[in-house]
Amino acid sequence: MKLVHAVGMHARPAVKLTKLAKRFRARIAVRVAGAEEWIDAKSVAKVMAMRAPCDSTIEFVATGADAQAAVGALTALVAADFPDADG
Amino acid sequence: MSGNVGIVIVSHSIDVAKGAADMVRQMVGEDVQVAFCGGNAEGGLGTDVALILQAINSIWSPKGVAVMVDLGGAETNSEMAVEMLPAEKRGSIVICNAPIVEGAVMAAAEAAGGGSLERVRAAAEELSAG
Repeated sequence: MKLVHAVGMHARPAVKLTKLAKRFRARIAVRVAGAEEWIDAKSVAKVMAMRAPCDSTIEFVATGADAQAAVGALTALVAADFPDADG
Repeated sequence: MSGNVGIVIVSHSIDVAKGAADMVRQMVGEDVQVAFCGGNAEGGLGTDVALILQAINSIWSPKGVAVMVDLGGAETNSEMAVEMLPAEKRGSIVICNAPIVEGAVMAAAEAAGGGSLERVRAAAEELSAG
């Protein structure tokens, strides 16, 4: 799953991404396209350290029962440019 | 009341403590209870066992409390505060070895996801692990 996002992966988006990722049971990994290492999408420290710059493409992979829903939700979050609403 | 691990921020400076707590609230949201204290009883720089105790008690829950500290005295006074608590509370409090601002945000993000006290501590300390 690939997508282009408008802002860099700064602290706040990183927190939102990991908060969302933690709602799923699936193992979820994320990386900046082309990076060698996949990062645990549930680790705030690691996602923040990923330093995805503005306009980069990030990729998700997930394994587990709700993997599909997880990737769907995460890509929607990024596509929507990390809106503030969270519940 | 939140069913998540709470975060206590203990700095020598009330301004630092409040600023770190503001960052947690703004970045992580209201799913996590945050208490903070800073300065000594006279209002100067320092830490105060009674104030730390008060902060911990204000948000303590069986799920636990992760305490973030800055320099030396903040840690020793936090340890002293924890020792003064009844045994049943003492067991569910950890003092994290992490940078105070970053650690508080990481810990709160983990706590907001419902993480256990051990996981919250690990998230905060991941930063100093290198």
